[in-house]
Formats: sequence, C-alpha cells, structure tokens
Amino acid sequence: MDKSAQAILNFRDLNVSYGQNIVVRNVNFALRRGETAAIVGESGSGKTQTILAALRLLPPQAKTTGSIKFEGANLLDLPLPALNRIRGKRIAIIFQEPMSALDPLYPVGAQIGAVLRLQAGLSRRAARERVLELLDLVHIPEPKRRIHAYPHELSGGQRQRVSIAMAIACDPNVLIADEPTTALDVTVAARILDLIAELKQRLGMAMIFISHDLSLVRRFADRIHVMRQGEIVESGSARRITTAPTHAYTRMLLEAEPHPRGEARSFAQAPVILDAKEISVKFRPRGGFFAPSFLMKRDEIKAVDRVTLRLHEGETLGLVGESGSGKSTLARALLKLVPASGMVTFEGRDLTPLSQRALRPLRRSLQLVFQDPFGSLSPRMNVGQIITEGLLVHEPALTRAERDKRAVQALEEVRLHPDLRHRFPHEFSGGQRQRIAIARAMILKPRLVVLDEPTSALDRSVQAEILNLLDQLQAAHGLTYVFISHDLAVIRAVADEIAVMKDGRIIEQGPAREIIEHPRETYTQKLITAAFQAPL
Amino acid sequence: MNRPLTIDKAKTDRSLFARIAANPATLASALILGLMALACLIGPILSPHPYDRVYRDYVLIGPSLTAHPDTTEVDAAMSDIARRMRVEIAATQNDGTKLRATLTSDRPIDARALRYFDRSDIFAPAHIVSSEDEGRRLSLEAPLRREVFLFGTDANGRDLLTRILIAGRVSLAVGLLASFVALVIGVTFGAVAGYAGGRVDAVMMRIVEIVYALPFIFLVIVLTMIFGRNFILIFVAIGAVEWLDMARIVRGQTLTLKRRDYVLAAEALGAPARAILWRHIIPNALGPIAASLTLLVPRVILLESFVSFLGLGVQEPLTSWGVLISDGARTIQSAAYLLIFPALFLAVTLGALQILGDGWRGFFETRND
Repeated sequence: MDKSAQAILNFRDLNVSYGQNIVVRNVNFALRRGETAAIVGESGSGKTQTILAALRLLPPQAKTTGSIKFEGANLLDLPLPALNRIRGKRIAIIFQEPMSALDPLYPVGAQIGAVLRLQAGLSRRAARERVLELLDLVHIPEPKRRIHAYPHELSGGQRQRVSIAMAIACDPNVLIADEPTTALDVTVAARILDLIAELKQRLGMAMIFISHDLSLVRRFADRIHVMRQGEIVESGSARRITTAPTHAYTRMLLEAEPHPRGEARSFAQAPVILDAKEISVKFRPRGGFFAPSFLMKRDEIKAVDRVTLRLHEGETLGLVGESGSGKSTLARALLKLVPASGMVTFEGRDLTPLSQRALRPLRRSLQLVFQDPFGSLSPRMNVGQIITEGLLVHEPALTRAERDKRAVQALEEVRLHPDLRHRFPHEFSGGQRQRIAIARAMILKPRLVVLDEPTSALDRSVQAEILNLLDQLQAAHGLTYVFISHDLAVIRAVADEIAVMKDGRIIEQGPAREIIEHPRETYTQKLITAAFQAPL
Repeated sequence: MNRPLTIDKAKTDRSLFARIAANPATLASALILGLMALACLIGPILSPHPYDRVYRDYVLIGPSLTAHPDTTEVDAAMSDIARRMRVEIAATQNDGTKLRATLTSDRPIDARALRYFDRSDIFAPAHIVSSEDEGRRLSLEAPLRREVFLFGTDANGRDLLTRILIAGRVSLAVGLLASFVALVIGVTFGAVAGYAGGRVDAVMMRIVEIVYALPFIFLVIVLTMIFGRNFILIFVAIGAVEWLDMARIVRGQTLTLKRRDYVLAAEALGAPARAILWRHIIPNALGPIAASLTLLVPRVILLESFVSFLGLGVQEPLTSWGVLISDGARTIQSAAYLLIFPALFLAVTLGALQILGDGWRGFFETRND
C-alpha cells in the first residue's frame, strides 16, 4: 500500500444528536490522500452536520460520539489550541453562500491576509504577496486592484473564488466544500467547479464535496457516499454508484434526474391565449422626492427590453436565463403585476388600458406560483385560509362551508390530505408547501399559470414529484404554463417551447428540442454545456 | 411518491393561551398583571379607608400590620383633647378596646366639650359614666376606633394602600388606553404609508417628522389651553405623541413584508389593498409591534406621571403612581415607605409587562420560522 492511499481523515461510528433527535447515525468513511469524496444526500440528510462535526463547528447543544481521526489525532477530543492549529490551516472549508461567508466590513485582501498572518504567521508584506498569488490562482482578474475590493463590489462567482482563495491560503491537506455552487448561476457554477478541479490537481489536496446533486458530483468525484436520514446508505467509486447502484435510494436519486419530454407536442393550431408585444419594464433608481425626472431617466435600468411573446392554449413555455436576466420581471409584467409598457392581450382582450380594479375579475385566470415555498405562504394563516383566499375575492358569495369544501377538493387535487388544511405552513416540508402554493392557484380554475422557478428550492426527488403533478394538472385542465427556470434540465423536461433570456431580452426562441439540440446563440450553447456536460 | 407526514398533533393545535401557559415566567407575569388590575379595580371598594379620607391623628404613620391606635397614641390624643377641654387628667385606664378616663377641673366641666372626642380619629364618641364634685370630676368612657394602615399614611394622613390602588386605576387605564390609541393610529398610519409607497409614503412620513419636531410639553400646554384641564387630555396628548414610533416601526416592517412572495401572491389573486394589509401585512408585523408595545406601555405610564407632576394631568385628591412616586421622592429621608410602596407597584407591573411582552414576541417568532 503506497503512502498516497492512506486515510488522512477517518470517520468512525460518528453520531450527532440533538436531544432525542439523532441527525447523524453511525457514519463510517475514510478519506484518502488526494482523493475527492462526495457526500450526496437531500436536505436534512445530515451531510453538513457530518463535516461540521469534524471541525467541531456544531452548536453546543449537539452531542457527538465516535471518532474523527485526522493524521492519528481524534478531532472530537483534541484540546482547542491544537484544534485551532488544524482548523483553517490543515482542514479548510468553503461554504455555500459566498456573501455571508465574507465579512462585508473588510476588503477581501485583508480577509485573506488575516488568515495567512494568523495561521501561517506571515508578515504583513509577505501576506500581501501571497494574497496576490492566491487571487491569481483562483483566476480573479487584476488581483492588484481587487485586493482592495469589498465583498459587495464582487459578483457572486468572484466572491466564491475569494472564499476558495481563503480556504487554500495555508495549503490545507483537506478541503471541504459544502455545496459551493448551489447559490450560483449554472455557467458561473461550471467555472467554479473547473477551478476546484484544477486546484485539486495542482495542489494535490484531498477534498470532501458535499452536494445534493448526484449528476454534478459524478463529473469529478472519486468516491461517492450517499446519505439518507443521517446514515450512509451506499458508498463506492463514482463509476459504480452512478452505473450500478445497489441501494434503492441511490437508484431513486438517479432516476429523479428530470427526463427529457417524450414526443414533441404541437400547438400551432391551438388558439392563442396570451399575446405580448414589445413589453418593456424599467426601474428607476430611488431618487429624492424632488429629484428632476430627466436625471432619473438617465439612470433607468431596463429589466425587460422590448420582449414579444405568443402563447398557445395548453402549451408550456420554458423561460431560461441566469439570475438578473429579467425572467421573473417579465412574468410579472405579463400578469400586469408590475408597471410595464407594451401590449398584452389575453384571450382576445387587451389588458393594457385596464386599471388594477378592472383587472381584478381577470386575475383568477392568470395565476402565479413562486420559487421559494417558504416565503410564498403567509406564516400566520392556516392552509385552508391560504388556499381559499382567492375565493374571498372572486366568489364572495360562497359560504364558509362551501369554501371549505373547495379547499378539500383543491388539496386532493395536489395529493395532500384534506385534514391538513387546519395546519400552518411551518409544519410542512418544502415540497408540501409548493403543493399548497399550487393548490392556491388551482382553486380559482386559472387558464394561464406562471411558474416562477417552482422546483428550484426543492430536492431532486421532490422536484420530480412536483413536475409530475404539474403535468397532470395541465392535462386535466388544459392549462397553459409559463415555466421559468435557470435549470435547463428541468426546462427540457417540461417545455414545449423555450425562450432564452439575457439582459432583459429574449435572444433565442423556438421548439424545445431544436433549441437544446441545435442552439444558435453562443450564450445558449454555454448554458447547455454547463447543464448537460458529459461526465469527465 | 408521497412522503409520510410526521407532524405531531399536540404541537400544532396549541392556541396563544396554551403557549403562554407553557412558559412559567410568562404565565406568572400574566397572573401578576391580572391580580394587579383586579386589586386596583375592587381594592378601593373593599378598603375600609376612602382614598381621600384625611386622618389628622395619623399623619405619616409608618407601615405596620398591627392596628392603631397603640397606647402612646391614645395617651397623646387624650392629653391633646384634655388640653383643648382645659381639664386635667386624673387617671386613665386603657383596656385595648376602650379608654376610661377621669378628668378634673377647677370649674364644672361642660359635657358639650366631649365633642372633641367625636372629632378625633382615635376615639369613638365618649359617654359619661359618672359625674362627681358638682361636675368638677368627670369619669368617662371612650371606645377606641381600630384602624389598620398596612402601608402607613401619607403627609396628609391618608391611607397609602388605598391611594396606591386608586392610583393604579389611573396609571393602568392611561397605560392601556393611551397605548391602544397609539397602537391603532400608528399601525394604520405606518401600514398604509409603507404599503402605498412612493409619494404617499413620503408625504405621510414627513407629517410624522413634523409632529416629532413639536416638543411634547408644548403640545400638552397647547391642548390644555384649548380644552381645559381634563382627564381625557392625558390620553389624547400621550396618544398623539406615542403613535409616531409605532408608525415608523410598522412602516419599516411593511416595506420588507410587501416584497414577500405571499403578498405578491395575494396581489396576483386580485386581493384589494385593504385585504392585503389586514390579512398579510399586519399579522406578520405583529412580532415587532408586540415588542414595541411592551416598551410603549411603561413609557406611557411614566409620561403620565411626568404630565401630572407638572400639574397638567390628574389632580388631587385623585392620584397616579407617578404622582405618588414624585411625592414620595420628596419625603425620602423622613418617610422612605412613601416612595418604596408605589415604586414597588409600578416596578412589578412594568416588569410583568416586559416578561409578558417577551413571551408574546417569542410566540410570534416561533410562528415565523
């Protein structure tokens, strides 16, 4: 056995519990030198708890038993000074959210420099030299200038590069990455992954990569550990896990990848339900009360720039773009929820001249489902009140008992038990909440539903269930969907037609298969490579 | 594949009261407040002393559990009466319930002089047992009144306990009503300003700032000049000032809440602005509102005492805790209990309100998770 095959970090019978609640159960695995191990599991599976336990970063009420050996020393009962010599220097960690991992009060250079001076004992001057080197290593352009930048002056991808620079500053033996790309756009995430892979090659460190996305980690992981409800249910080489999984849960995770839509449906003959012409939405920066309007006009931001769309009854339009491309704003403009210029015709009726009051009767046909199932339900109302709110507006004549009956029907339609209508949103999981949000829209029997990233906040397996539900509802009620997502895999699974948005404009539009297989624009090509990159 | 629902029933069906009851500190403070309100409401009715009754013989009596008068008080009062009747005391005998006294004088003693006993707070009307020596030697019997002053009496000889309870009525009423006024105006104003946004918001918040700029005491004096001295004035003046903070807090909350998806969802459902404010914005702002309300009630109670201290609020013989405390502070060296007891009542009430508010906020915050 050669030296490189030795275990550098060894988890033995690790248990983490909060009171009666065991979140990590008998976790055993070893990380060899230079190896990349991926821990894959859905939210709440205990993957983050496992690695936080290794660095003793768990909150004080957490109880850990077992051992985590790093080069022979048990991290769980090492005295704090000895542990601090390991933390950040020998074992470093990259967190999911690059904004909150950096202190907004200090320039990034000073933050990386602080790690170097504290952990490696470098002088101020030497630390500065090293910081420049590191920023260059993580491909931040013009490191001499960026060293003085504050976190808010950098983009999300650059911030994540800075946190990576910080993590590798002291040449750690083990790098832990906790969903480092989940908060980023696909194309940015792809570049960050390239960077991590490159650094791993150059610096030869071992890495634990935590992710919920099996298709992402199989591109570069050597070994994959699948976690479920605090236990590792299956471990093995990346190739074996993805090609010949033995555990049912792993198979389920693999199958939960969105499948491309089967045969293409044609809607050319179907009546046009929504026709939008030259839609533009402008945001003005906040001016004072008396700020002259010509000054404000100069600084206007065009969130949506002259977009023209046509939707046929029963079809699903997939709207793809990265964050800030204006896709959510466009959707809201289509529903006349934000002031916009241009013309919107719905079922032959021009919505443009209608006031909000005149629009109200039409609102029931135009519904919206949001991305964040935690933010879109009022925490003070019970489920019954939430889903029947629209009835109060549109069918005020209904009695309480009749509304209740409709709530029961709506919940059954989204496959939730009707008794749940007396519960409050905080008692539900993300997928269940999303079902409630869908029920709220469906109870009004809408014609057009805008789905604003309805599955992005959900685990893959839940995502598949929701997509399935949406498909059934569409078939049952002849609904027309505008499906917004940054995830081309999801879009491919649901959309009949795809529109790609960038900087407020639709740059490419056409039948789904055509766009995916023969993209014309380089931006679309980039998106597609990022989403469907073949396993390395 | 549907996931099984693991929600335990017991946790979900708990009402506000059940949640409060689960926390002993919150429960205790709620009980204390209830008892305090009850005591202030019915205490003065049950008390043997009217709150404005002046006991001239019991000025600045210290707090005690035993009944008055004691023997020295009886002797002092007897010799005082004898001096007024211009007679000598030959002998006295005090058996605890009545006083037998033998009085002598050079001249016959006029029985009408016995009315000095009627005026006393210590003796009930006296009656003559025997008269000798042509009226120059008089034996009489005067039953003793028995008075208990648990907290002692003030500089005017009024029972402190009764006065504290009466003051509690005023302070609690001001605290609750003025806070309620501030709450209603502030929440409505703030929520409307925040939700409307833009120019409406700008104008409404400038109004708030203008009212902020008026000195409070100036406002009170102007109101007094217009409406005259009136108890209601306190509510109006305090309510008119204190809603400003509430309006700002609620506006700030509304600005963040109106960007929430559930508000957008309600707009997409076509719900009118009024319904959105009532169903979504205000219920979700309740946490911060409750927090500032717990600070508001004590502040209002203290403001009332300040206004009364300046002679613009409640007037003698009516009183409030603030007035009692400011009176007590003046006699702190000679009679500290005049300060200690009302301050204790105020402190207990404010403390209980604080803990109750914390518990309340905790309740709302767990809901917000």
